[in-house]
Amino acid sequence: MDTFLVGLIAATLRVATPLIFGTLGELFCERAGILNLGIEGTMFFGAFTGFAVAATSGSVWLGLLAALLSGALAGLLMSLFSVKLGVNQHVSGLGITLLLTALSLYGFRLIFGESQVNPSIEGFKQLSIFSGSPILGPIFSQYLLTYIAIALIPVVGWVIYKTNLGLQIRAVGENPEATDAAGLNVVRLRTLALVIGGSLMAVGGAFLSIAQLGSFTFGIIAGRGWVCIALIIFANWQPNKVLWGALLFGGVSALQLRLQGMGFKLPYEVFLALPYIVTIIALTIGGRNAQAPAAMLKPYRRE
Amino acid sequence: MLNFKIERTPAPRWAVVVIPIVAVLVTFLLCSILVLMAGANPFAAFYNFIVTPLSSQVSALEVLVKSTPLILTGMAVTFAFTAGYFNIGAEGQLYAGAIAATWVGITFTNLPGIVMIPLMVVAGFAGGVLWALIPALLKVKLKVDEVVTTLLMNSIIMFFVSFLLNGPWRSPVSGWPQSAEISDAAHFARLFPKSRLHIGFIIALLVVVIVYILIKRTPLGLKMRASGASLTGAQFAGIDTTRTMLIAALVSGGIAGLAGAVEIGGIHFHLIESISNGFGYTGIIVATLGSLHPIGATIAAMFIGLIGTGSQTVSRVLGVPVYLGDVVQNTLLLVTLAMFLLQNYRIKRV
Repeated sequence: MDTFLVGLIAATLRVATPLIFGTLGELFCERAGILNLGIEGTMFFGAFTGFAVAATSGSVWLGLLAALLSGALAGLLMSLFSVKLGVNQHVSGLGITLLLTALSLYGFRLIFGESQVNPSIEGFKQLSIFSGSPILGPIFSQYLLTYIAIALIPVVGWVIYKTNLGLQIRAVGENPEATDAAGLNVVRLRTLALVIGGSLMAVGGAFLSIAQLGSFTFGIIAGRGWVCIALIIFANWQPNKVLWGALLFGGVSALQLRLQGMGFKLPYEVFLALPYIVTIIALTIGGRNAQAPAAMLKPYRRE
Repeated sequence: MLNFKIERTPAPRWAVVVIPIVAVLVTFLLCSILVLMAGANPFAAFYNFIVTPLSSQVSALEVLVKSTPLILTGMAVTFAFTAGYFNIGAEGQLYAGAIAATWVGITFTNLPGIVMIPLMVVAGFAGGVLWALIPALLKVKLKVDEVVTTLLMNSIIMFFVSFLLNGPWRSPVSGWPQSAEISDAAHFARLFPKSRLHIGFIIALLVVVIVYILIKRTPLGLKMRASGASLTGAQFAGIDTTRTMLIAALVSGGIAGLAGAVEIGGIHFHLIESISNGFGYTGIIVATLGSLHPIGATIAAMFIGLIGTGSQTVSRVLGVPVYLGDVVQNTLLLVTLAMFLLQNYRIKRV
């Protein structure tokens, strides 16, 4: 295996990491019946909070913790509007994305000023598992969060399908009336799903700022949240299928960057747009047998 | 925490007037915390947000300049949401309109302004319709969720714009990725000396009137409102909801496309990647703040234009980051959303 392919595989895993976190986070929300369009802003907020806390405290671990908490907070906010108040999920989700984006930009300028040079930190280090091997060495020289992301996929699958909590979350996403009649608290379950989901999304955003880049830029998320919304449909709301979508997207992105670097004169935008186009086609073809949670987008209110 | 429940009771009439005012006050109260964090005086900040932009003619007109694209995207969203079609794609449709208008402006350079400008407006509308067509058809023919498809179409067109500006349309004289400038005849006429306010604002107001008449005074509007209130109910009443929704979706796209066309012809004069500062998404805020009423949305767009103009003053005078304006705008949305519910519901402790 040549260095091109090894580098490509390593980069694919890196690009896929925030997408896996984001998609698993959105999966929790949607399985509980909430389309969380706050994802883009939550990832941005996580990237900002993680970076700001890591930079001011000097500890990337504190930064990661702060990002996790900021995501939980974003989930609570989404819950207040979409679950507790029952506001239209599209509007409240987009509103939260816009608000969290604006808050992050404001906070960033407040803390770091208007400097032209972007502040940077010493982020997480890559961990080499097979440092001696010429092939496995570079592939498995990844950030801790990448390993966690991949390990999370079976864990989330287990939580969703094999635990009581997962059953309750699925129930509340399919039929909140019946769940309520069975004596479960719909509001609490949906809130919990949004808090877990928000935390995962924010960690995905923080991966970019405190691991991969070691800095925070205004274009740091650049639509990755929307990609996650697409990936979840691609994965048919099943945790184990999230990996393949994320790897495919990551692979295409990594490949186009490399081809560009090698001087290929091709419109790289075509490659970048491809995953979105494929998702629309997948939605169209698979639309009829898509297993979207039945109660998604429907606010639940006891009458 | 959060120990309350919500019950439905009709709102008193005065609520419609009082709620927006209370929402603005609550928003300012919440945002004062951020102003204090920046070491500035909140009263000074909000004075600069609301009063300073209106204190001179030039800056008052600038408020209208800033509100022009927001009125149009607000109308686009109002039109679609009224029919129950959740068009999140006004941002992409705006860019489609901008591309089409730019194409006219850089291609037919011999045309006089009197032909050129109407042609750009028509092209902008057509571009928006075209970009709205795929999600709309998928929705009405195959029941594919329009929220996700319109959202994805926004990302796709940004790659297309990037492709145009780095490839075939790249201006050779500019170091930045931007298109050639549209011909002089394609520049929209200005309405006042020393102000950027252009005829795009008049176009926006015309669109408000047309949208108002369409929604409130025509059979189509009645069908749209019925479909939006209850799709199955409208079908039982014999309304062709497929056709109604399709028309609503396409007209909505066209109006969003107009926003792109007027920004090209009135402000930028060439295609750049940053034509829209999220105007399509802000249109959703505008429409929601205006309770999907064309006049209400117009007032909301002007208020957001005011905050946008004010945020630059606040930033310059008080040294507060300019993004405070965005924070205020989006906080206002969420506060108003909560307030609208209070309009029809009562909260009770449990």
